[in-house]
Amino acid sequence: MNKPLDGTLALDAAEARWQEEYAAGVGTEPPVANRSGIPVKPLYTPRDWDGGRYEEDLGFPGQPPYTRGIYATMHRGRTWTQRQLIGLGTPQDYNARLAGVLAQGATAVSLIPCNSVFRGYDMDEVHEELLGTCGTVVNTAGHMDAALAGVDLAHTSCAMNDPSPFTLLAFVLATARRRGVDWRAVSGTSNQSDYLSHFVANHMFFRIALPGARRILVDHIDFCNRAVPRWNPMSVVGQHMQQGGATPAEAMAFTLSSAVQYAEDCLARGMDPDRFLPRFTFFFDISLSFFEEVAKFRAGRRIWARLARERLGAKDPRSWRFKFHGQTSGVDLTRQQPLNNVARVTVQAMAGIFGGLQSLHTDAYDEVLSCPTDEAARVAINTQNVLREEAHLTDVIDPLGGSYYVETLTDQMEREILRVMKIVEDAGGMYQAAEAGLVQKMIGESAMRFQRAVESGAQTVVGVNAYRADEAEADRPPVYKPDPAAMRAHLAAFRTWKAARSQDAVRRALDALARAAASPRENVFEQVVAAAEAGCTHGEICGRLREELGFGQPLAFV
Amino acid sequence: MEAMDLRPKVLVTKIGLDGHDRGSRVVAAALRDAGMEVIYTPPWQRIETVVKLALEEDVDVIGVSSLATDHLIVPKLLDALRAADLAEVAVIVGGIVPDEDERMLLESGVAKVFHPGASLESIAGYVRAITPRIRAARTAA
Repeated sequence: MNKPLDGTLALDAAEARWQEEYAAGVGTEPPVANRSGIPVKPLYTPRDWDGGRYEEDLGFPGQPPYTRGIYATMHRGRTWTQRQLIGLGTPQDYNARLAGVLAQGATAVSLIPCNSVFRGYDMDEVHEELLGTCGTVVNTAGHMDAALAGVDLAHTSCAMNDPSPFTLLAFVLATARRRGVDWRAVSGTSNQSDYLSHFVANHMFFRIALPGARRILVDHIDFCNRAVPRWNPMSVVGQHMQQGGATPAEAMAFTLSSAVQYAEDCLARGMDPDRFLPRFTFFFDISLSFFEEVAKFRAGRRIWARLARERLGAKDPRSWRFKFHGQTSGVDLTRQQPLNNVARVTVQAMAGIFGGLQSLHTDAYDEVLSCPTDEAARVAINTQNVLREEAHLTDVIDPLGGSYYVETLTDQMEREILRVMKIVEDAGGMYQAAEAGLVQKMIGESAMRFQRAVESGAQTVVGVNAYRADEAEADRPPVYKPDPAAMRAHLAAFRTWKAARSQDAVRRALDALARAAASPRENVFEQVVAAAEAGCTHGEICGRLREELGFGQPLAFV
Repeated sequence: MEAMDLRPKVLVTKIGLDGHDRGSRVVAAALRDAGMEVIYTPPWQRIETVVKLALEEDVDVIGVSSLATDHLIVPKLLDALRAADLAEVAVIVGGIVPDEDERMLLESGVAKVFHPGASLESIAGYVRAITPRIRAARTAA
C-alpha cells in the first residue's frame, strides 16, 4: 500500500473511532515522554510519517545519509565485533581471562587498565589496596607484552582504554616491534582519546590540562595516520556523558559537537579530512529506552554524514560514515535482584543492534557489584550469541526502518540533537562550552531529573522502586577480587626491573619528551612512543608531561 | 544566646582514583535541596585534604562516594580523622560496595553504607537523624 492514506474519508472516520475508543479505554493519562523529553503518543500513523522523503532522509544502506546503516551489507554481511571490555589484576591475570573470552567467541581484544593507570600513576605511587581491583596494572612495555601473550598483533584488533598521552598504544607499538610485527599491520582503537568527554564526565581519564590535551590529541591522530594507518586514534565518546546523566539526545549532541571540535582542530593543523575522518569512531551508551536509542543512532548517523561532508569538507564517503561501538548502560543495572540485569542487557543490546552498531560490549549482570566474575562475563557474551544466532535479529537490515513511530522519532531526535548542538555552538563550540561548565551543568540537571523520576515512581526500576523482594547476601552472586599475593609479586618485580634498566636512556627519553611538549613543531606522541621503547614507565611519561603541561582537573561544582 | 544552626553540615567527596561523580553530584545536590549545608569536592581528594576540610569546615558528616573500589581506603580516612581528633564525625559511604567490604567498613567505624538504589530521601533522613548525636558527642568531647 504505497499511496498515502491521509485525507481519505474512510481513514478519517476510522481514526476518529479509534481515538474515541482509546480515550474511553485509558481515561485520563499523564503525558508520556522519553528520556530526552520528547512526548510519546499512543499511536503513529501515516499522518506522522508517510515516507515521502525516503531518498533524502533514509536512502539505502551504505549510501548517504546512512540512516539505514553505513554499509550495504550491514550485519548480514559482517556481524558486529564482539568486543568485551576486560581488565583486572596483573597482566598475567588479564591474559588468562582474555583467552577465555576469545574462546567464547569474542573477536577482538580490549584492555581496561587499573584506575591508577587512568590517573597517570605507576603502581608504586598509589594506595596498594586499590591496585588491580578495577583494571589491569600495566605500567611498561613488558607488562603489555605479557598481557597480550599469544595475541597475534597483526591480525587482532586491540581496543585500549588509553587516554592522553596514549602510553598503552605506545606499549603496544613497542611490543609489536619486539615481536617483529609491522606497525602498519597493527589495528585497533584508542578508546579514550576524547579528552573533552573526560573533562565534563567520568573525569578519571582526564590526566593533562585542557590545552595540553588538545594539542597531544592532534599529534596522536597525525602520528597514527602516518605510522599506524589501521589504528583508529579518535574515539568520540558519548558514553561518559550519558552515564553521567545526559539524556540520549544530549549525549549524541555533545558527542557530535566534540567530533566537530576535534576535526576542526585537525583541519587547523592543515590535515586532510579524508585522511583522518575515516579513522574517527564513536562510542555510545545504550540505555533501556529501546526505541529512543534506536532513533538516537539513526539520527546521529544522518547528522554526521551531513556535517562531515558540508561542514568539514570531506569528499571520500568513508569520511561520512558514522562507525560506532555501543556499550549497554551500567547505570540502568540494579544491585537488587541482579539476575534481572540479564533481561535489561538483552533489551539494551537489541536497541544497539537495531541501531546499526559496528561493535558491541554487553555488560555482565554483576557489574553493579564488582568487576565481572567469569560466569557473568560468559553470560554477557552469550547474550550476544543468542541474539545473533538463535533469534535471527540480523536477517534484515534496519528492520525498524519504515515504522511510523521509529521514523517519526528519528526525525524528532534529530531536531532535539540539533537544538542542543546549537546551544554548544552558540557557546563557542564544545571546547569552550566545556571550559565554561555549560555542558557539565546540563548533564547534572538531567541526572537529577532522572533520579527524581525514579524516586517519584514515574520511572519504574524493577527491584528498586517496584517489585521489591527481600534479599539476603547469599542471593547475590560472588564478587571478583584480585589475588593480593600476585599483586604484591607484580609490584616487587616492577621495582626490581625499574632499578635494573638503563637510567640514562630513561632520562634522555624523558628530556626529549619535555622538549617536544615545549615545541609546537614537534610531535609529542612520537616522543611518548620513543620513551616507551626506551624503557620509560607509564607514570614517568605522564608525570613528565604533567610537569610541562599541567595536571588535568575537572571543574568543581554540583 | 546565639541561635545554633541546626542544619547538618555535610562534606560530599571522593577519595582514591575513580572519577565517576554522578552519584556524588546528585547526592550533594539533594542534600542541599533538603536544606543542609553541603561542601562538595571533585574526585581524587587526598585523605589529608579531606581531614583538613572536615576540620576547617566543622562538618558533621562526611559522605564518601565509591563506584570503583575506592572504599577500600576509607579505613585509612577513619584513622586519619581519629588522629586529628575528629572521631565523632560520621563517615557514610555510598556506591558499589560488596557485602564483605561493607562488613569491613562497618567494623572500621563507618556509620552506614548506602547501596545503589538507595533513595535520596533515605540518605537525607539518615543524615538528619544522626546529626544531633554527633553534635552532642562533639560538645561532650
